[in-house]
Amino acid sequence: MTEQTTLRPVGIDLQESEENRALIDAIKADNPELTVRHMPGLVKLQAAGQIVIKRETVEARLGRPWETGEFQLAIVSYAGNFSEWDDDQIIVRWKH
Amino acid sequence: MSLTERPPATSAPAKKLPVKQRYSLLTRDLDWEPSYVNRADLYPYTSYEGIVVHDWDGWEDPFRLTVDAYHKYQSEKDKRLYAVLDSFAQSQGHLTLSDASYLNSIKLFIQGVTPLEYAAHRHFAYLARYLEGPAPRFAALCQSIDELRHAQTQIHTISNYNKYYGGFHSWSKMHDRVWYLSVTKSLFDDAMSAGPFEFLVSISFSFEYLLTNLLFVPFMSGASFNGDMPTMSFGFSAQSDESRHMTLGLEAIKFLLEQDEANVPIIQGWIDKWFWRSYRMSALVAGMMDYMLPKPVMSWKEAFELYFEDQMLGGLFPDLAYYGITPPRHVQDAIAEKDKLSHEVYKILHNFSFAAAFTTSTPSDDHMAWLSAQYPDTFDRYYRPTWEKHRSVEAGGGRVFFQGLPQLCQVCQIPIAFTERDDPTRISFRHSEFRGETFHTCSDGCQWIFDREPEKYVQAWLPVHQIYQGNCGGPTVPDVLAWYGIQEGDNGEYAGSPDQQQWAEWHQPAKGGN
Repeated sequence: MTEQTTLRPVGIDLQESEENRALIDAIKADNPELTVRHMPGLVKLQAAGQIVIKRETVEARLGRPWETGEFQLAIVSYAGNFSEWDDDQIIVRWKH
Repeated sequence: MSLTERPPATSAPAKKLPVKQRYSLLTRDLDWEPSYVNRADLYPYTSYEGIVVHDWDGWEDPFRLTVDAYHKYQSEKDKRLYAVLDSFAQSQGHLTLSDASYLNSIKLFIQGVTPLEYAAHRHFAYLARYLEGPAPRFAALCQSIDELRHAQTQIHTISNYNKYYGGFHSWSKMHDRVWYLSVTKSLFDDAMSAGPFEFLVSISFSFEYLLTNLLFVPFMSGASFNGDMPTMSFGFSAQSDESRHMTLGLEAIKFLLEQDEANVPIIQGWIDKWFWRSYRMSALVAGMMDYMLPKPVMSWKEAFELYFEDQMLGGLFPDLAYYGITPPRHVQDAIAEKDKLSHEVYKILHNFSFAAAFTTSTPSDDHMAWLSAQYPDTFDRYYRPTWEKHRSVEAGGGRVFFQGLPQLCQVCQIPIAFTERDDPTRISFRHSEFRGETFHTCSDGCQWIFDREPEKYVQAWLPVHQIYQGNCGGPTVPDVLAWYGIQEGDNGEYAGSPDQQQWAEWHQPAKGGN
């Protein structure tokens, strides 16, 4: 994994739904410093430096196979840069 | 393959290739070098803006989208959305809204925003043909299809309200003609008549990445909070595509900045222009958020701080500083007016709603208490007195509408009613000379944009000028409203409007029957 270059905040907004609850739990587990804000219909996740989403953690919480591409069905918005998006994980962080 | 070589029927299906490899094979590898036409003839629009590109393969698409994956996820999104639309229509869901006045914000949406989705569909189809690299072409193709989906799903969703409420019937015609809608239309026309790279910086970057959250998320959270499940659903469905569009905007700008240093000042100029253009248009959203939602969610000021100041100025611009990009020119003016923008805009809408396809009303006591809490430095001092005066006129059975037509800004086309940065009591008014004529703008930002390309902005189709020139149905207000397609009851004051009366009737306790 590449070095974290900055601690500037990044964020992801997700739809608040039954299915996304497991996803949000998984993101919380993998990003201990995460702040979570509930707004009507959506959940706003923010963290300093980066947010990582790991397929294995999501699958463990969902109880079924999950492709990282399915993240496209959950996301509403984000702030940052998708620095990684492969079969196993998605990382949002600033580039510089 | 001979029969004997066929694999046994029980073998597991071939494992799917990793996403990076699939993307490389199914998207990037589908490009070819032209053999019997010149490259310059094939891609004639990528050189005249002065942008230098050395290697189109440097373009990254973090989503690594392939045709099969795109269709799979998009059809799933549509299935989820249409399930919501059906159940809402079947259960008379419109009766569960917070109030019929909520729908004024949705009227503004379908008249002002949905036609932009269609315009974006058209222009991204053009980029999907004319950008030189396979990665941006495919990303533009997906976005083109997305934008068409957005226009269609919005029309489908909102058509359900058209059965019961005014103001939804002629949005497409209105978009081309009505004064407040020329604000959104002219912005997109400006972008579409620019070159392909400026379009990417204007719509993909400035509009989609910098400001889309301010435009869409408040609409959608407002819909959620006011019981409008279908709008919330199409909004979130569209926003999930929007994340991809934001990525296209960000990748575009990073790609262009990395390609050649000569691109930096050109891009900076476009960012400066398009930040202010998009920000000025978002003023309509500010008025909607603070005044048009019966149950407000978040003030414009708070949304601006959260989505623009924290995320963009705090997060994105330090990232772009690496390339020598500075925050947009005039950004301080936008920050300085966050305490007054929505109030000034809604005052315009309230004064002129006799000529609009939505209704307005003076905020209630509760609403004013909320505004006062959100804007402790300005609301009670500058705006409450005006609303209380309206209130006293209305208590006597009157209603104040502004008689006459406003001066419009030559660039943003909003009536000139914004105030000076440091003085909320003085109207901000700028003028420039060009070819012996005087042109008026509403702010330093709009004046700077005008002075940069006066040849372009002198051609603006300004609704007020067009009325005076006799191009809008006739000289009287009823003539113009008829030409706009506005029907009696679509416009004016909400209290006593057909929407309000029907709403009250539908919500009366049942009077027996079977």
